[in-house]
Amino acid sequence: MAKTIEEINEKIRRGKAVVLTAEEIIDYAAEKGVKKTAQEVDVVTTGTFGPMCSSGAYFNVGHSKPRIKLGGGRTYLNDVPVYTGLAAVDFFLGATAMPEDDPRNKIYPGKFSYGGAHIIEELVSGKDVRLTATAYGTDCYPRKSLETYISLKDMNEAVLFNMRNAYQNYNVAVNLSDRMIYTYMGVIQPKLGNANYCNAGQLSPLLNDPYYKTIGIGTRIFLGGGVGYVVGSGTQHNPDVKRTEKGVPKMTSGTLAVKGDLKMMSSKWLKGTSYTGYGVTLTVGIGVPIPILNEEILQYTMIRDEEIWAQVIDYSDAYPQFIPGSLGEVNYKQLKSGRITVQGKEVPTSGLSSYLKAGEIARILKEWIEVGKFFLTQPVELLPSVDSGIVFKPLKERPIKKHH
Amino acid sequence: MQKKRVVFNYPSHLVDQPVISKLVKDYDLTVNILRARITPKEEGRLVLEMEGKRSALEAGLNYMKEIGVEVQPLAQDVKWYEDRCTHCTACISVCHPQALDVNRKTMEVSFNRDKCIACELCIPVCPYQAMEILF
Ligand code: SF4
Ligand code: SF4
Repeated sequence: MAKTIEEINEKIRRGKAVVLTAEEIIDYAAEKGVKKTAQEVDVVTTGTFGPMCSSGAYFNVGHSKPRIKLGGGRTYLNDVPVYTGLAAVDFFLGATAMPEDDPRNKIYPGKFSYGGAHIIEELVSGKDVRLTATAYGTDCYPRKSLETYISLKDMNEAVLFNMRNAYQNYNVAVNLSDRMIYTYMGVIQPKLGNANYCNAGQLSPLLNDPYYKTIGIGTRIFLGGGVGYVVGSGTQHNPDVKRTEKGVPKMTSGTLAVKGDLKMMSSKWLKGTSYTGYGVTLTVGIGVPIPILNEEILQYTMIRDEEIWAQVIDYSDAYPQFIPGSLGEVNYKQLKSGRITVQGKEVPTSGLSSYLKAGEIARILKEWIEVGKFFLTQPVELLPSVDSGIVFKPLKERPIKKHH
Repeated sequence: MQKKRVVFNYPSHLVDQPVISKLVKDYDLTVNILRARITPKEEGRLVLEMEGKRSALEAGLNYMKEIGVEVQPLAQDVKWYEDRCTHCTACISVCHPQALDVNRKTMEVSFNRDKCIACELCIPVCPYQAMEILF
């Protein structure tokens, strides 16, 4: 017997909803059987806590007296530039932005100890940051410079807006060269010295709903310790890839675009992150509830680490040169065991996405639903799936004609 | 026999003195230098492991203190900020002595100071600045 979102919400209201995490559901359903479990269980909660570069936040800081038009000028938060190509006092801070005088990789490998993501973490933890700006001045916005402290509570709006998060599966990065490399997949030791992976596996949101049969525009989620929403598929959403029999992508695939009120979030679940030699990024906590509408949906959430496969990619050459090809496939059970075999060699593994914290998120979301403070939503539209015709395109460069 | 990991802070006038060989000869200690940072005319810092009879270890360390070397247990120099650690496990594959280790069932990371050799490999690897070595 199938359920509806309204029926599940009614049970949440009455404090009667049965909620399990994506980890708990595995043994539970194996023991009780799919049929019985699908009737009994209402929601499976997922979680992920990993670095997500296409994150950021937009703000409206209120009008100064006299007024200033930040749009078209230069504006900084703690010396980190924000994007001002908007109205007078709106701007966007990207997670990977960094101070103009940061040496970057001039002293290789750069440390990237402070940037946009760290400012987001500081603002969320209640700290003051320095807002400095210069503007060109107009008749209606005469002021040309501004210097003030500002905190989250002073602002009109502060919204986390991440255009690509929660990647459904990811590469396993290795280094075939004989020098250390510094990448967005971490520091990778030469000659297959280690392998870095970045996904929560069986707890990961999109791996528990591989064809996006419940997740879509308007799905209410755990975001950064507060409540947020899926606003659509994320950039580079690429559903039509190689999948296992159970429908699980064997490589990078779907993504989510998400937003939420930054004022309700916590610095525990939004962490400024520094990748040596690469840059700054934001580690974001996301938890997505999967409504168990029927047996099919339940079966997707029963996915285990050993059934989720990822591609091993050489980040010393294949990745940077955009040369297709994988060195092999490994599953998340192998990755989490600490050792995988690549080209006949035993390679120690390291994660970048925290499985421990992913589990904590899934448990927090479970509790929110159990105590009746989080309700499920019916998406306005589901995410584009394998039949959408989406093709993930590379950049085709065309020579620019020079005019004199 | 006892093993001890210590950090020696040298004042500048001792940097070019053969104090370590004295530890080996006069106190019958086995000395394994794990890290050294000595800048001429400035202070020197040395991380080492010493092995020997308990009484000899004590006597050797006393001798070092007497001649003006500041002695600290190694653990003081390596810090794991648990509140900054996200248990991502990025450091696990580079920490060969397994001072940073992970419980494979829960995927929880822990730090055992006694195993740490202050090799510093985890410093550039940790994305959350959770490891700090004051050296
Ligand atoms: S300094 Fe070296 S031994 Fe100590 S925790 Fe870091 S990697 Fe491990
Ligand atoms: S790399 Fe840093 S944050 Fe990650 S587990 Fe190790 S100490 Fe913790």
